[in-house]
Amino acid sequence: MLPFKPILLWTDMLVLLLIAAVIAFVVRARQHEHLRAPWRKVARSTGGMIAAPVLLAFLAIGFLDSLHFQRGTPPEKGQTDMRYGPDVLSVLDILVEHLRIHQERSFSAPFATHAHSRETITRPDGSQVRDFPRLRHGGSHLVDPETDRAADIGRRLLRAVGISAVLGVLVSVAVVGTYARRRGLSFDGALGAMRDGDVDLPIGPMLVSTLLLITTFTMLFALSGVYHVFGTDKVGQDVFYLTLKSIRTALVIGTATTLVMLPFAVTLGMLAGYFRGRVDDAIQYLYTTLSSIPDVLLIAAAVLMMQVYMDTHPEIFDSVTRRADFRLTFLCIILGVTSWTGLCRLLRGETLKLREQEYVLAAQAFGVSHFRILLRHILPNVFHLVIITTVLKFSGLVLAEAVLSYVGVGVDPAMNSFGTMINSARLEMAREPIVWWSLAAAFAFMLLLVLSANLFADAVRDAFDPRIRPVRRGPRVKRSGVAPARRAAEAA
Amino acid sequence: MLRYIIRRILYAIPILIGVNLITFFLFFIVNTPDDMARMQLGVKRVTPEAIERWKAERGYDRPVAWNAAEQGMAKLTNTIFFDHSVRLFAFDFGAAESDGRDIGHEISTRMWPSLAIALPVFVVGLLAYVSFALLLVFFRATALDTAGVVMCVIAMSISGMFYIIGGQYVVSKLWNLVPISGFGDGLSAWRFLVLPVVVGLAHGLGESGRWYRTIFLEEINRDYVRTARAKGLRESRVLFRHVLRNGLIPILTGVVVAIPSLFIGSLVTESFFGIPGLGSYTIEAINSQDFAVVRSMVFLGSLLYIIGLILTDISYTLADPRIRFD
Repeated sequence: MLPFKPILLWTDMLVLLLIAAVIAFVVRARQHEHLRAPWRKVARSTGGMIAAPVLLAFLAIGFLDSLHFQRGTPPEKGQTDMRYGPDVLSVLDILVEHLRIHQERSFSAPFATHAHSRETITRPDGSQVRDFPRLRHGGSHLVDPETDRAADIGRRLLRAVGISAVLGVLVSVAVVGTYARRRGLSFDGALGAMRDGDVDLPIGPMLVSTLLLITTFTMLFALSGVYHVFGTDKVGQDVFYLTLKSIRTALVIGTATTLVMLPFAVTLGMLAGYFRGRVDDAIQYLYTTLSSIPDVLLIAAAVLMMQVYMDTHPEIFDSVTRRADFRLTFLCIILGVTSWTGLCRLLRGETLKLREQEYVLAAQAFGVSHFRILLRHILPNVFHLVIITTVLKFSGLVLAEAVLSYVGVGVDPAMNSFGTMINSARLEMAREPIVWWSLAAAFAFMLLLVLSANLFADAVRDAFDPRIRPVRRGPRVKRSGVAPARRAAEAA
Repeated sequence: MLRYIIRRILYAIPILIGVNLITFFLFFIVNTPDDMARMQLGVKRVTPEAIERWKAERGYDRPVAWNAAEQGMAKLTNTIFFDHSVRLFAFDFGAAESDGRDIGHEISTRMWPSLAIALPVFVVGLLAYVSFALLLVFFRATALDTAGVVMCVIAMSISGMFYIIGGQYVVSKLWNLVPISGFGDGLSAWRFLVLPVVVGLAHGLGESGRWYRTIFLEEINRDYVRTARAKGLRESRVLFRHVLRNGLIPILTGVVVAIPSLFIGSLVTESFFGIPGLGSYTIEAINSQDFAVVRSMVFLGSLLYIIGLILTDISYTLADPRIRFD
């Protein structure tokens, strides 16, 4: 009998579905040169390759946080069934368990050994003083925090640097080695080629970003065992833990929304462009109407209505986790419903052009069914638009989550997200001395995620948009098509 | 031109009807008025009488779309659908559910503070971003250009809320230049408006600056630019006269597309800065679950967006005399 019970939340299903779709796409793309070519171009862009390791790290954290289960305790005597705890945990929770259980009473600054505000402390001799109490976990191994702390942090950092140096060398050797094998060079030859700038992939920048990432995370984890590297929040939870947990929420909103949106946008867009006439009129009317409602208001209206439903049907949602998860799923769905119109409009226009092409006319003349024409001849030729829009939308959605949570129509307050972090930290800005660390942590991680997503999206757009001609040094090449794609993404 | 505008306005009517139907569906079909009453009055201890009273006070106790008990036109008009959806077309928004105040009156007083922020951000922003983009284009393919683009990409990766929080902290708290939040009557309000406007401008710089730069770079290799240079015009004149005017069309499209998101921005900005505008009105309504106000704002927001689209088309003809709508 398993010591745990796997739990599949709604958003976990979306995540798994998404992973399945990506794997299917990768398998297909590997077999077709014309599908591989643009991705090779992405791999050649410096910005994209600097961003890729960072994004991969975020994706890995988000994935680990999507594998949920309930811990079980072995059956007691006389019972046969396992008993499962009420908490729904994820694999990430286990990996960073120390962060989850190292809970303080209230605020404490990063690396603090004492609480942020005075409390009444009872001395061993029975007298009472108002002072800053020692933290239960933050720096609790230090005998004399005042003198020992700096040296202790330094020692731990040094060890972390050592570990990341070893990891870094291993990763670098692996990457350069793989590259050398692919180009049929010796290891030294590959190094020489890199030094001379004779490489077709930006390996150097990619390695630098990977090494920085490894060092940062090793340092954070080395210190987070005994300190609160980003401090603690109002109820004493470690902010680093909250930040790690927020990553999944951001990723789910950024990706699952697309999963919801694509079927609408692709089907309706192609149908409108292909059949024209009445079908086109109806679909155009639908998306013009939807897109004329300001997004945030439509989302607010829908989320309010969902709240009414959840409050009047409390029996469906048996735990806080499920309730929060349902709300996140619903948020993805409603964000998807409000954001398919831009891509739909784009696909309609492209299909209108494609349906006049000779190969489509030929297929029609041969009596190929409309469904097959759409699937075999139109869809593959508009797919680059789908990819570009998907990637460009991601960062906007991550940013939108924070705004929606502030407005009160975002994720459930019980769910960790950058929005809820900013929201609760904002209320503490008036404190003296100021509580800045939750904001700083949310700021840093959000900036890292959104910036790398933006860089990667630019690389993907440049690679997939056929209207962009290759940019070479020397005379500037006209880059038409950048704006329409961007505009479409913005409109959406 | 006039015929075209009239036609566009006629097109807008079915769209507004659609918006109306969507909101009606969301607010009255997905959940019944009973659900809303229970929500407002507290789910646990609520008597059927209290629900009936709540519904009667707000006119939700009538049939949804067809009142068979009435005579003549009243069969249609004495219904929830007519009173709460159709009346919106006459700008008769009814009373707020939470405090019973007239929504139309609230909107007409609260739109001025909203405009006082959105308008300067819009106008100054357009000028500033276009100038910034032209400056980058002037120095294209130099280190300055690269630095500008990198700065733009970083700036657009920062959530708008951090601009507000950072601005309030630095300008109001550390430097003590303007109040953190609040609003005043008449001209004395300027002290409260400076910071929101500056923050709004800073927030838009990254995204718009980079986008406009791309648009201008598209124009810079066209034949007419080469001709202008060949006849000996200075680069600044080429940029500010020829390139600017031709780049204006895509910019105009984008500027109007951004109008609904201006609305988002003002939602957050107004509530952070305590400005009594439409944005903070909406946030208050969402927090107090005042469905009547949210419904009215959805309708008003869509109406403004559609007007914006019509205005874009008109602005095309002003920016580019080649475009005719006949």
